[in-house]
Amino acid sequence: MSNRGRIVSWSLGLSVLLVAVVVASAALGPVRIDPVTVSKAMANLAGAGTYDVPATHQTIVADVRLPRILLAATVGFALAAAGTVMQGFFRNPLADPSIIGVSSGAAVGAVAAIAFPALVPIGSIHLPAFVGAIATAFLVYAIATEGGRTPVATLLLAGVAVQAFLGAVISYMLVHSGESLREAVVWMMGHLHRSNWADVGFALPVTLVGVLVLGAYTREMNVLLLGEEDAQHLGVNVERTKLLLLAIASIVTAAGVAVAGIIGFVGLVVPHMMRLIVGPDHRILLPTSALAGASFLVVADTVARVGAFGIPIVPVGIVTAFVGAPFFLYLLTSREVHAL
Amino acid sequence: MTGDRTESPAANGARIEISDLAVSLGGVEILENVSVTAEPGEFVGLVGPNGAGKTTLLRAISGAVSPTRGTVTIDGTDLHDRSSKAASRLVAVVPQDTTLSFSFDVRTVVEMGRYPHRSRFSPPTEDDRTHVERALERTRTAEFADRPIDEVSGGERQRVVLARAIAQDTPVLLLDEPTASLDVNHQIETLELVRDLVEDGTTVVAAIHDLNLAARYCDRLVALADGSVLEAGPPESVLTAKTLESAFDVTATVMENPATGTPAVTALRETEREPLPERVHVVGNGSTAANVVSRLVTADIECTVGPVSSGDVAAEVARQHGLETLEVEPFAALSAADRSSVRRHLEAADVTVAADLEVGAGNQLLLEDLAETPSLVVVDSRPFAERNHAGDRARTLYERCRQSARIASVGGILEAIDEVDDGFGSPLETGGESSEGEPEDVEPPDAESTDD
Repeated sequence: MSNRGRIVSWSLGLSVLLVAVVVASAALGPVRIDPVTVSKAMANLAGAGTYDVPATHQTIVADVRLPRILLAATVGFALAAAGTVMQGFFRNPLADPSIIGVSSGAAVGAVAAIAFPALVPIGSIHLPAFVGAIATAFLVYAIATEGGRTPVATLLLAGVAVQAFLGAVISYMLVHSGESLREAVVWMMGHLHRSNWADVGFALPVTLVGVLVLGAYTREMNVLLLGEEDAQHLGVNVERTKLLLLAIASIVTAAGVAVAGIIGFVGLVVPHMMRLIVGPDHRILLPTSALAGASFLVVADTVARVGAFGIPIVPVGIVTAFVGAPFFLYLLTSREVHAL
Repeated sequence: MTGDRTESPAANGARIEISDLAVSLGGVEILENVSVTAEPGEFVGLVGPNGAGKTTLLRAISGAVSPTRGTVTIDGTDLHDRSSKAASRLVAVVPQDTTLSFSFDVRTVVEMGRYPHRSRFSPPTEDDRTHVERALERTRTAEFADRPIDEVSGGERQRVVLARAIAQDTPVLLLDEPTASLDVNHQIETLELVRDLVEDGTTVVAAIHDLNLAARYCDRLVALADGSVLEAGPPESVLTAKTLESAFDVTATVMENPATGTPAVTALRETEREPLPERVHVVGNGSTAANVVSRLVTADIECTVGPVSSGDVAAEVARQHGLETLEVEPFAALSAADRSSVRRHLEAADVTVAADLEVGAGNQLLLEDLAETPSLVVVDSRPFAERNHAGDRARTLYERCRQSARIASVGGILEAIDEVDDGFGSPLETGGESSEGEPEDVEPPDAESTDD
């Protein structure tokens, strides 16, 4: 079917774009390295050859820039994929990956670990953030479920309420965080500046597996867009599918948020943009959104890292919001965003 | 069109059996004691007024709502005992309104009908493609198959949803008002298509608003009213004036349609007739008058009351409802001002009701006014003798009122004022009313009036 051809060609094209963006990003920084050298260094790292690359350049690319760039790509991939699923799931173009409180939960875990290391003596921020995120998603789902049914509207409202509550908890912890206030705030703004290979090693597998599972459910996502009763008539086990989509999308989001903090607008704007370009069919929308999200966040983080266009070096969350919010407003005013 | 369908499950329709079904939604009983069967390859039409429970019955068959009592089986099995996919390989549904407010193209929507037949990781088979193409062609949606669904018209959209159900290729097809937003031409076309599916062996149950179309295309009709089955059987035995009147509250004639040979229904007008009169004046006393006032107010009729004695329960009720009321001192003579006020009320009212009017020396002049009122309803719950404190002259006057009035009981008050308002309130009718107007000339009203 031509549809299959479209999926493959769009995905391939966006993958090529992602590789190009990654190479370009790795070339940029205080030390300029030409893209050919970058490619060689990457090939060396991947064990795909032994090219002659200056040792400092090899170190800069492989140990300094690449972990951060790949983490940006992973998080962008995760957030855009999860955002696509949530927007379809809630049949609401304003849904984002954290709509059921995943980010707030992660922030509670992370801020607790940063501000009160004695209380959370794990020495890691990722783990409490991840656990907080998953626990929140589970809590919201449990609150919204009654008699084996989870109405989407209840889920949305439960998410809003729980987020408000967790916001209070976070504020309380911030007030009492003392010297670690700055670190906690930077975490919450979304950050990739201390990324290392361990972060990638945590986030990448979770994201890839999660998005692959989501990819297997794109037809269900399409059918669910017809409404739950129609979906049931067409043979979708609605409640089970909803639980699965919600769980996987939350895990994927949690993996991204745990390593990078709260990076807004990627999961909101990218799926939207791709929907306008490739249409609402999740079979093509999910892979293209994920890939576009990866490229988008790599570019945004490069700006954050290098300080392009006279913008000083900032947490990446500021860049995504700075670019994403106006773009979103542009979409709102210029296109028919109600057409999911 | 039928030759290559042998391999498809739709080729042999399934038997739907509903017995003693009751469905409650949100604590309200929508269906009760519903027993209906549809044989394989039969086209059963559900008819009945809005709110009769047609949609709920369809939803019960499709498994979208669970019965509170009774069973729904398809080929002997409860749908809830099957997997979601197995259930939707058995039953396809065309709902009344599908929210398709996103821009899938038409073909993609129809392809979704193949969902229950496909496994997760395999691409669509040749069979899937054939069914989609055939569904597009049969519903004549192929011509706009590549257009976004949110850009086609309402009627086209309905055909797309039907195409989706046809692509689903099930032995049972449920349709909820499949012709609701279609023009005449497409209504016929759609039902002809459904009829074709039935001839191919599909069992179809459809809620159909248009009785004539239902009569023309269905094998059997089930008339629903207030959540239960009023009548079931072949169209000509269901579409009778009697069934229509009790189901729809309409008076109708049923004739044979000369072109199709099926029953043709013409609704004449509602049994309820004209809307109830707008304004009614009530004179009278005691619980009877109070009761009449309450019923009128409940029926949303503007009401004026009086003269009524202060402290009378009727005055109390009128006050509670905030009605314009002329209250007078008990047993006092009616002043000239009060009498003209009453006259104004009588003139302003479409209908006047005299409910257990107590007549004394002070208000017998009122009877003269009442006797001249063209639209009068008299309610006599207590014998007039007990209410007459003004002697023979009052009795004669009261009798004159009764003769030109419609006599009614409290329970029949709305019907009575309706008739009087429509100009049927002639004394002739009163005389014919055996239960209420018995001993016309034998005994004055004293003797009767224990009718309530």
